[in-house]
Amino acid sequence: MASGRPSALRGASLREGARAVAPLTPAVVAFGVSFGVLARASGMGFAAPVVMSATTFAGSAQFAAASILGGAGSVAAAIGAAVLLNARYAPMSIAAGPGFEGPRWRRLFLSQLIVDESWALAARGAGRFDMSAIVGAGLVLYPFWVVSTAIGVLVGEGLGDPNRLGLDAAFPALFLALLVSQVRTRPALAAALVGAAIAVALIPVASPGVPIIAASAACLLGWRRV
Amino acid sequence: MSEPWLVVAVVGVATIAFKAAGPVVLGGRELPPRLGGVIELLAPAVLAALVVTQLVGGERELVFDERLAGIAAAAVALVARAPLLVVIVVAALTTAVARGLELGAL
Repeated sequence: MASGRPSALRGASLREGARAVAPLTPAVVAFGVSFGVLARASGMGFAAPVVMSATTFAGSAQFAAASILGGAGSVAAAIGAAVLLNARYAPMSIAAGPGFEGPRWRRLFLSQLIVDESWALAARGAGRFDMSAIVGAGLVLYPFWVVSTAIGVLVGEGLGDPNRLGLDAAFPALFLALLVSQVRTRPALAAALVGAAIAVALIPVASPGVPIIAASAACLLGWRRV
Repeated sequence: MSEPWLVVAVVGVATIAFKAAGPVVLGGRELPPRLGGVIELLAPAVLAALVVTQLVGGERELVFDERLAGIAAAAVALVARAPLLVVIVVAALTTAVARGLELGAL
């Protein structure tokens, strides 16, 4: 973190990002363990779920893929659902792109730390993003996510049903909390309401993942404001 | 390649490409200011959709279950300005308790 280099990660922002996601780590560990358990039960074996957590690093898509593989779903359906779920990272990473500095290979590696949580808390308003906050948050979440997946795969079915523990409600609560921190203006509130309405309308008719992508169209409400 | 590894490989490569799209392909370049207003609204729109899909999303159906009790409790905690961990724990505990009550009633 040599200060003076313009492309250096900023220590204060790294720490800020790390601190902001620290309270999330118990939920991330619980989610990672339950992903490992489910993936193992879905017949993904030991190594594949752990490698998936290390390379994909996006919980909801991983759950979608594992659950489809475990059910009657095809490989194509599993891939399709997971890729659609993660397609939201394209507009998200384009939004955060100008905040990333340094050589290309470094941007490639650091961009992999973009997840919903790190992206949301690195937003600095007016469409600006703090790369160091994304990296600080991601570096905390990443090892917890990968290691807890491995633990889940090892623990196997001994844990019981994660839904009995209410863990499936922890994530909408998490996203609601992040949403509240983002809705500070009237247009932001309108985009949130329209996005939610699009998602509700599409859940019954579209594949998992599509409602999230389609809901991102609500951001077009901001087009005429410039 | 076995089926799980095929899924892991394709989804992994696609996700890495999605995440790198901005920082690597467009990196350093600013977006046109007109787009700024649009991108500013991406976070609230996508987060709202994530709340909805994680809350009532099922396999091509809306599922209204104990998660609603959990999110209601979380909303109360948010209004009371509770820390994030408290909000999450309240949501999980409330949901678990609601499920327990339902099981007890059966």
